[in-house]
Amino acid sequence: MITFEGVTKRYPDGTVAVDDLSLKAPTGAITVFVGPSGCGKTTSLRMINRMIDATSGRILLDDQDVRAIDPPTLRRGIGYVIQQAGLFPHRKIVDNVATVPYLLGWDKKKARARAMELLELVGLDSKLAGRYPFQLSGGQQQRVGVARALAADPPVLLMDEPFSAVDPIVRASLQDELLHLQSELHKTIVFVTHDIDEAIKLGDTVAVLRVGGRLAQMADPATLLSEPADDFVREFLGKDRGIRRLSFVPATGVRLGSAPTDLEVDEDTRPLGWRSNGGLLPYGTFNPERDSLRAALDAALLSPNGTAIAVDGDGRVIGVATRDALDEALTRQGTSPGERVSEPDREVPASDTRRAES
Amino acid sequence: MNWLIDFFGAAANWSGPDGIPARILEHLEFSAAAFLIAAVIAVPLGLLIGHTGRGALLIVVSANAARALPTLGLLVLVVLLIGVGTVLPVLIPLVVLAIPPILVNTYEGVRGVDADLRDAAYGMGLRGGQVLFRVLTPSALPLILLGLRLSAIQVVSTASVAAFVGLGGLGRFIIDGLATKTYSDVIGGAVLIALLALAVQLAFTVLDRVVVSPGVRQVR
Repeated sequence: MITFEGVTKRYPDGTVAVDDLSLKAPTGAITVFVGPSGCGKTTSLRMINRMIDATSGRILLDDQDVRAIDPPTLRRGIGYVIQQAGLFPHRKIVDNVATVPYLLGWDKKKARARAMELLELVGLDSKLAGRYPFQLSGGQQQRVGVARALAADPPVLLMDEPFSAVDPIVRASLQDELLHLQSELHKTIVFVTHDIDEAIKLGDTVAVLRVGGRLAQMADPATLLSEPADDFVREFLGKDRGIRRLSFVPATGVRLGSAPTDLEVDEDTRPLGWRSNGGLLPYGTFNPERDSLRAALDAALLSPNGTAIAVDGDGRVIGVATRDALDEALTRQGTSPGERVSEPDREVPASDTRRAES
Repeated sequence: MNWLIDFFGAAANWSGPDGIPARILEHLEFSAAAFLIAAVIAVPLGLLIGHTGRGALLIVVSANAARALPTLGLLVLVVLLIGVGTVLPVLIPLVVLAIPPILVNTYEGVRGVDADLRDAAYGMGLRGGQVLFRVLTPSALPLILLGLRLSAIQVVSTASVAAFVGLGGLGRFIIDGLATKTYSDVIGGAVLIALLALAVQLAFTVLDRVVVSPGVRQVR
């Protein structure tokens, strides 16, 4: 747990970057600081690992005031990921990842073995280990940045706009990757972004900051979308709050009917399309165990007959949800904050389970 | 061409204390001594100023002084002050000449390292000295070597002034050749100095290959 107690950062010229900030970033969860530029989100993050020292107030890491710990020692126990990755250009990827283990005095062999393990964990080919940073794409460099931050298995991870310098497609995959990693590692993560969609996608808790470094609202994403505290937050959240909130409502409760006869399937009962005179028409699917109500609704909109096809994890048809069934589900969830939809389970490299030994 | 044949073809020029090998050796001795002294002063100073940002004025002054200062004039001045007979009158101006390129390039190299890189280094928990030696210096190495190379070439080319104050080195061929109107010696000496400068250049190219990380070399 990271606790901010009345933290203020005032610069000598009188600028107040962070104003009396009090909040808690819970253990094992992702807390996102989001806000427009000048809202003090990065300053707040950097005060945790003492890259910047607060003017007044306290920041506690578990129960210890960070000001009581010598900065390099403090930082070696906290993973740090920055926007431009900041990889050491003269070192090979494997040695970049092993930076903190080397600092902690691990022997080279052990540190490198750990680094290889992490490269695999963040989805990088082991071939890249011997390359230099300039030989990697931006997305790959950012993955290396994450691997480096995790190398010594710190309980806390600070991420300062780590994905904002890569293109949208790579960004989305890095975000998915992070959620996936987090479902395995359960780190206490503080994540800074100016992108509200990223905040909502990644945050267990989202702290919206306003210019001048004041906390505007702190809540889970679904609550934030349904009950913004004031006009600033409402405006910052942007359009389509209602639809976006459905991403946080699981589709498990949607009533399923049996598949109608005009649904064409293959021998494994995977859908092929809706039969019609002119051939097969397009369709949309959702997985009730895994997807959100938003995905179910989307699937219905993709089918010309307005019926969403429910499939299991292998893509086999398990039923259909009609417009009426979806309508019921929408009515039922009303305005109550939905339960968080868990991320899809994927194959996890076995190496991760060994990290506790290091 | 004939002059070159006269100079390099004369057997007498290849032996004895006035011979080409002996002169080259003398020349290299002055140059190496001046260069090493300058490097020992300027590299640490450049690293320190680049890392701390304190004393940057010194860099500016040094860079300007280097352009303004006539080596020969300084040589004469030092001779007037401390007299001839030692190598000191030659070493001092050569060291003064050699320092600025090293100082300026080392400083710029360290200063020019990406701010994100420093940030990441500190954020990982490196201490100040570790940031300097493990991150900034290796990243700045191409520029540091450039400074050293420029400096070494300048020193080798300029070390011929030693001959003005009665010391040896390849300058002897030029000074003595001019005095006796033996132009083959003048040309021959000049060619030898040029070749030496080229050899220094080559040596640094090799050094660059060996000590600079491929990760940094590619970036520049």
